[in-house]
Amino acid sequence: MNLLPWTIYLSFIGASLAWLAGRRWSAPARWLALLTALGNLGIIGWAALDFSPAAETQTLVDLPWVSFASYHLAADGISMTLVLLTGIAALAGILFSWNITHRTGDFFALFLALIGGVYGVFLSADAFLLFVFYEIAIVPKYFLVAVWGSTNREYGAMKLVLYSFAGSALVMAGLLWAGAAGISFDMNFFAAQTRILSQVQQTGMFALIFTGFAVLAGMVPFHTWAPTGHVAAPTGASMLLAGVVMKLGAYGCLRLALPAFPLGLDFFQPLIAALGIAGILYAGLVALVQTDFKFVIGYSSVSHMGFVLLGLAVATPRALAGAVLQMFSHGIVAGLLFAVVGRMVYERTHTRDLHQLHRLPLFRMLPFAAVVFSLAGIASMGMPGFSGFPAEFSILIGTWQHNALWAVLAAIGIPVAAAYTLRVVHLAFFGKIAAEEISSADHPPLPPTTWPERLGAVLLLAVSITVGIHPGLLLDWIVPALQSPLMQIVSNGAAQ
Amino acid sequence: MTFPEHLWLIPALPLLAALVGAFTPRAQRKISSAAALLAMAASFGVACAALSSALAQPAAHQVSNFTWMAVGQFNLQFGFLLDPLGAFMAVMVTFVGFLIFLFSTGYMRDDENYAKFFCYLSLFAAAMLGLLVSNSLLLTFLCWEIVGLASYLLIGFWFHKPEAAAAAKKAFITTRVGDLGFLLGLLWLDSALHTQLFYNNGVGFLETAALDYLAVALPCGLLVSSAIGLLLFCGAVGKSGQFPLHVWLPDAMEGPTPVSALIHAATMVAAGVFLMARIFPLLSPDALTVVATIGAITALLGAVIAVTQNDIKRVLAFSTVSQLGYMMLAIGVGCPEAAIFHLLTHAFFKALLFLGAGSVIFAAHHEQDMRFMGGLAPRMKITFATFAIGMMALAGVPFLFSGFWSKEAILHGAHAWPTSPLPFYIGLVAVVLTAFYMTRLMANVFFGAPRSHAAEDAKENSWVMTLPLALLAVCAVLLGFLGTPAWPWLQAQLTGTEISSAPDFAKIFEGPGLLATSIVLVALGLGAGWAVYGFQKRATASEPDPLEKKFPRAWAALEHRLYFDELYAATVFRLNNALAFVADALDRWVIDQAVCFVGKLGEFLGFINKDIDEQGLNAGFDATAGKIRDTAGAYSSAQTGEAHGYLRVLALGFVALVILVAVLSC
Repeated sequence: MNLLPWTIYLSFIGASLAWLAGRRWSAPARWLALLTALGNLGIIGWAALDFSPAAETQTLVDLPWVSFASYHLAADGISMTLVLLTGIAALAGILFSWNITHRTGDFFALFLALIGGVYGVFLSADAFLLFVFYEIAIVPKYFLVAVWGSTNREYGAMKLVLYSFAGSALVMAGLLWAGAAGISFDMNFFAAQTRILSQVQQTGMFALIFTGFAVLAGMVPFHTWAPTGHVAAPTGASMLLAGVVMKLGAYGCLRLALPAFPLGLDFFQPLIAALGIAGILYAGLVALVQTDFKFVIGYSSVSHMGFVLLGLAVATPRALAGAVLQMFSHGIVAGLLFAVVGRMVYERTHTRDLHQLHRLPLFRMLPFAAVVFSLAGIASMGMPGFSGFPAEFSILIGTWQHNALWAVLAAIGIPVAAAYTLRVVHLAFFGKIAAEEISSADHPPLPPTTWPERLGAVLLLAVSITVGIHPGLLLDWIVPALQSPLMQIVSNGAAQ
Repeated sequence: MTFPEHLWLIPALPLLAALVGAFTPRAQRKISSAAALLAMAASFGVACAALSSALAQPAAHQVSNFTWMAVGQFNLQFGFLLDPLGAFMAVMVTFVGFLIFLFSTGYMRDDENYAKFFCYLSLFAAAMLGLLVSNSLLLTFLCWEIVGLASYLLIGFWFHKPEAAAAAKKAFITTRVGDLGFLLGLLWLDSALHTQLFYNNGVGFLETAALDYLAVALPCGLLVSSAIGLLLFCGAVGKSGQFPLHVWLPDAMEGPTPVSALIHAATMVAAGVFLMARIFPLLSPDALTVVATIGAITALLGAVIAVTQNDIKRVLAFSTVSQLGYMMLAIGVGCPEAAIFHLLTHAFFKALLFLGAGSVIFAAHHEQDMRFMGGLAPRMKITFATFAIGMMALAGVPFLFSGFWSKEAILHGAHAWPTSPLPFYIGLVAVVLTAFYMTRLMANVFFGAPRSHAAEDAKENSWVMTLPLALLAVCAVLLGFLGTPAWPWLQAQLTGTEISSAPDFAKIFEGPGLLATSIVLVALGLGAGWAVYGFQKRATASEPDPLEKKFPRAWAALEHRLYFDELYAATVFRLNNALAFVADALDRWVIDQAVCFVGKLGEFLGFINKDIDEQGLNAGFDATAGKIRDTAGAYSSAQTGEAHGYLRVLALGFVALVILVAVLSC
């Protein structure tokens, strides 16, 4: 259990070594990154075996740091779930970045640094520390997109980072205000302290911190960084963006904004729910008419994160459990979708235009990609048997108990998801496949899928199916965490 | 009694076969079909055992429940339920399924994706069987969705045909619209009762305590239980091809014919009827009226459209729509046991008809248009004989054929319905139409002269294809005797009532002359059909239909299926697309532009700042810096580097300092 902080340190050590390997030794840098990710997963697995879910968070490290904050790392079931997600997403991301040849060492250095920051966020038990790790995670994103990206990469990278920093600025302002009002940043004391804040203070602080984090969770109308950012990013980075970075935002909302300022949640609950539902429906509709393959996935991410926001807004134990499960599920499934689009298809066909892809016999040319994408698409539309179903179902069931109308509106998103997913599966993979097309010289055979790609795809699919069939694996971690005094405040507040 | 604990085997075996099929390499494709057949046979065995166990206590609901997902005190539960309803269905599905699997080994033998086909079929069977043995609405929903997925995969199995790909998509999305209602009903039920179980020793939602609890009127006057029931009915409307969501079912015929037989005729489409029979206790008279109305509309609509279709599979598809309407009508008039009776008989004779059609299509080199057939009776004797039995069962030819008895049961129920006589009359009209269009089909396909080379060359198929036909034909006859008015054994088992051991033949002729009426109507339909199509057989493929000549406009409208597809394309799809484009434009041109504007504003501020900086602040800074530089220059001129000069200044300074100290110390 106490090894868990080593995920952070190991990532940064790996990042430094990969950076030293630099441009010259690309193969060692690759293997180094892989070993780091595997080492992290090993640590997480070890910790998971040792982890006994309890209502209280389990402190890992608590050292004095600066006058107003301590270096306090802790884990509960929610952190564990997201740390596990990070470990898996990082491993898959590295497998799908195996073919990076341009400044390989630098790429993996930034990749691992980003991962290290993410681990830090999920393990922080101090609001200020969390914020510091959050900032650490933002910087590598810019370079990953701007240097290794594709379409419109400078624009995408800049937009991504400006949105992130704008969000951070709001969070910072909120934290400063809270600090000035006498709140200690140690998250374990939030519950006891926030009673000293007036309603106005709570509402204001909540608005700042929640909005700041929600920007990164893709909340409408602050979501437009997501599609352009994803499109511009290289495959590994867009897997991380969708897989874990969007979760950072949602996690911040869940960990800081909700428990610290229950009155703020009360006040803004309808608005957040409305924005969540708007995200589900609106982004789903937008995804329906995109012509760029990656844009479809980008908007579908926004749509799925809408479910997370709805779950956070409702804030009953069922809805929150569903929201955390959805974070995990979306991290896995969206990562896989981006991997297929970015790595398997785009890097071989050099186009993401759906109408151009439709003219290729892609199912015959890349059968593995077609099967994986179809399965991932099925998972993404919330089909039972995959992780999305228990997650979205829990959110909807929690929402219905709170407000049936919200649940009805959100549920409309499900057929919409089926529509855009089937459309893109059909357009991209099952276009022209008449037998005579294949032999013709118009379509020279594409390079076959490589082993790292296959491993990564199988890994992600297996995780999604395992959780889909037996969600209890994660819920046994998540639910006790939601019963902690800290989270009880949230659900009690929401119930009023 | 612990049998329910073993019920999971029934869906699990085909699921295992599906897994085997998924990993079967192309070269060893036989493994996939062998696994599928074996699993179905084994499931059939377990289902028979389950049925005998259920019939030992027909009124009991034996359950075995467990928790799937627990969130605090809220549990999502799964469970298995053993009662005659589910057990009969499971036996039917495994039996028909096995025969269709067997037929498929012949029908699909030239397909390069043979192994995958059996994988999908097994997946479908697993989900369908899971649905039948489920004791949890949540598990039912889960299987329901997987059934939909398997159906999507199978309709689109020949995805190189654009129509097949489009039909698959249409089927999936249309049924998902209905499933939305199912999902909402499930959510409502859960939030009201915190249970998803049908039966659970008194606390399941179909048991008295829960039903009483749900018998609360909503502001609109509807009971909560009925509202939930109607939401679930939306799911059934989608899955069972009821009006207005019936549009996907005829298109689904683009799939391979065994798929049409198994999924879109015998089993999956019946899932909606099964669901309604299962949740029947939830439905109040208000809700039942809705169900009966939809059922009646569907029964009539399907039958009328079936008259005008030329594709042999589409005629059968619309006949399925119509028959499913009958079943829903039976549920609506309060006779779920009649609905299930018809469901079971229909499953056999419709599977028979579809496989017969498949046999014809396979022999005629994948020609599906009846106008290009003709004269097949002497060429394919077994197919013809069995198909004729299926046709007579569907048309309701009296006494010998199962369809007659089950349709009778429904008509009796409809006649006794106190609310309105309309469903009964619609049912009677549909009887005539059914006999009419089936006669038309027979005349066009099997009689007259062949109207194409394909039809001329047609030969009888091998035993793997004809054996299932023969077995199904036997069932299509015999099954009816399980539910005749003389000895309604099946109905008694379904309702859990006692039945006398000896049949009472007098009962057949009881009632207000219903039997005679329907015999007359069937004869009328058959006679009219033969009069129009039998005496003067179609000579060429291009010649218009005799009815088309008389009523060109009505014919055209019906042939285009009353323009439902066009209507939906013009309304729902257009609206949806418009919304999507608006949302996209909003995103691109409003939200994104607003962000860019903020960015540009920042940049603009940056320029202003730069100017202020350069012209204002910087100018001052430069001036100050310049002065400093000048001063420094002046000072630096003192740094001559000559030791004498320095010494001189040093001495001078020393003297000055001494003088200063002296002055100050005085």
